[in-house]
Amino acid sequence: MTPPKGKSAAAEAETKAPAKKAKARKKGAATASAKATAQKAPPARRARAKKAASAQGTRRVEKPAREGFIPRIVVFACNWCSYAGADTAGVSRIQYSPHFRIIRVMCSGRVHPAFILRAFELGADGVLVSGCHFGDCHYIFGNERAVEQFEKTKALLKILGVEEGRIRLEWISAAEGVKFARVIDEFVEQVRALGPSKLAPPERELPQKAEAFADVAALAK
Amino acid sequence: MEATTPVDARTLREANAFLCLECGKCTSSCVVARYNRSYSPRRLISQALGGGRLPTANELSICLTCMACDERCPSGVHFVDLIRELRRATYGAEFAGNCSHGGAMQSLMKLMTADELNQERLGWVTEDLKITDQGEVAFFAGCAPYFDAFFTELEVDTLAGVKGAVKMLNALGLEPVLAPDERCCGHDLLWGGDVANFERLARKNVELLKARGVKAVIFNCPECYYTFKADYAKVVGTLPFKVKHISEVVAERAGELNFVDDEGEKVTFQDPCRLARFAGVVEAPRQVLAAAGVELAEMARSGKGAVCCAGNGWLNCDRFSKEVQLERLREARATGAATLVTACPKCEIHLRCAMNDPNLGDEIKMEMRDLTSAVASRLNGESKEVKASSTEEK
Ligand code: SF4
Ligand code: SF4
Ligand code: FES
Repeated sequence: MTPPKGKSAAAEAETKAPAKKAKARKKGAATASAKATAQKAPPARRARAKKAASAQGTRRVEKPAREGFIPRIVVFACNWCSYAGADTAGVSRIQYSPHFRIIRVMCSGRVHPAFILRAFELGADGVLVSGCHFGDCHYIFGNERAVEQFEKTKALLKILGVEEGRIRLEWISAAEGVKFARVIDEFVEQVRALGPSKLAPPERELPQKAEAFADVAALAK
Repeated sequence: MEATTPVDARTLREANAFLCLECGKCTSSCVVARYNRSYSPRRLISQALGGGRLPTANELSICLTCMACDERCPSGVHFVDLIRELRRATYGAEFAGNCSHGGAMQSLMKLMTADELNQERLGWVTEDLKITDQGEVAFFAGCAPYFDAFFTELEVDTLAGVKGAVKMLNALGLEPVLAPDERCCGHDLLWGGDVANFERLARKNVELLKARGVKAVIFNCPECYYTFKADYAKVVGTLPFKVKHISEVVAERAGELNFVDDEGEKVTFQDPCRLARFAGVVEAPRQVLAAAGVELAEMARSGKGAVCCAGNGWLNCDRFSKEVQLERLREARATGAATLVTACPKCEIHLRCAMNDPNLGDEIKMEMRDLTSAVASRLNGESKEVKASSTEEK
């Protein structure tokens, strides 16, 4: 899983600007542990990390506008480009929002409307689908299928009254770590601005992981 | 995998299972059993009675709940009720259905249980259709807008039926209430075992119709109709309004309608299970077609003996479903009619899907139309009248 990358990158940012620490503290639980590490780090290491970060052109992520709402975002990324793009973002230690769960699919063309609807049913506030650029799909035209499926999902969600900004389709190659981070940041902000999904079941009714996939497990039996 | 949830003798008794004579009429009338040799309602009943072996999750999803077996059973065994009860009892544990379309339909239905929904359901209402917001008579449109958005590659037009129904009501001088916040009736959740979510939908629908002062609700989709009629009362008590299928309404008042005189095309009619066998509405659609001057060529098996479209509430779709559909289409073609008229959006979707088989090509292709759209298109000068009055209103 990729999300922890965001977290480690957050640690870098802390070391970069100790003065802003107080402000950054508001960022909440996601960076709490990272901060602890940052404070403990000896000055020499801090400086080294700072140098490394600036050498790689790491960006500092904007502080979230509001503290309260942390969106629940599901990202479907294709195995060959976008998932590797997320890895690139992590390996290059780019700091970006950690508020997403990534699900690897073999190709973006696999993302049937059912996947996205299911994500919303299980409480997602936004869903991002990401695949290879046109011409790069490892299954030749898988991403063209992805567009068709995505359009269909969009039409269904429109009737359902879901804001268009809650879903997004992106093409991110394995080399585009920076783009991956940017897209995630943008999307998280976009969904944050829209607020919690009205379709999400109340927190207490959200199924636990085992429960949510009971039917899948039953099929596998 | 064996279904392990204990189902007590009561369930079997309620379905009259103990009355089974093992005559095998159910299996010989079951369209699925004809192709799927490992499936037999008779055997499932005798196993449940004898050794206590209950149908497996897979067997539970295979049954179309088309009720053809119950129709023929000389002993009054309700096999369909048994299947439904077993699905409910094992839902979430063993049984989940082999949900066709990746479970998209189930997700849509569950999403519609949300309290706050801003649906844009009425995008299909064109200028010439007269509808209102508050009133005594409501029209329940059902999920046709979702179907048309989802089954784009099949090029189905299930909304045509809904539009046709509103046109017919307008022609009868009714301006039906159309609720933009209407939910799915929950039929497929109920038959798929998810009773909790079905009940949520049922309560919401009844509430929102009641809030609009509705005294009678008219349906185009037979599944919505039968679900309101038979299953909502179990959730909300006696319904605060009457329910009627559009074909019943039009058949009763066909004399008031003015149809074009020319000879109509010859059609054949696919009776939906929920309309013919479950709700017992067999004559009304035929009367409506006759009133509109449409010649009907019946298929070999029609009315209560009609063959299901093998739709199965989005629970299962396998090669046997396909065989059933092909058999039905061949039967429809054998009537010599050019058009197959259906009264259920799901019949349209499933038979259209089977028709798209590239290997069979023209052998099974046919025009397909919804009953109400076929009849509404034969109304005399209706479009003129409606237009005139809608401009008056403005
Ligand atoms: S309900 Fe239909 S599919 Fe199920 S056993 Fe009876 S005849 Fe067969
Ligand atoms: S038709 Fe009725 S009595 Fe005959 S085997 Fe089937 S369930 Fe039993
Ligand atoms: S493999 Fe990446 S989109 Fe098809």
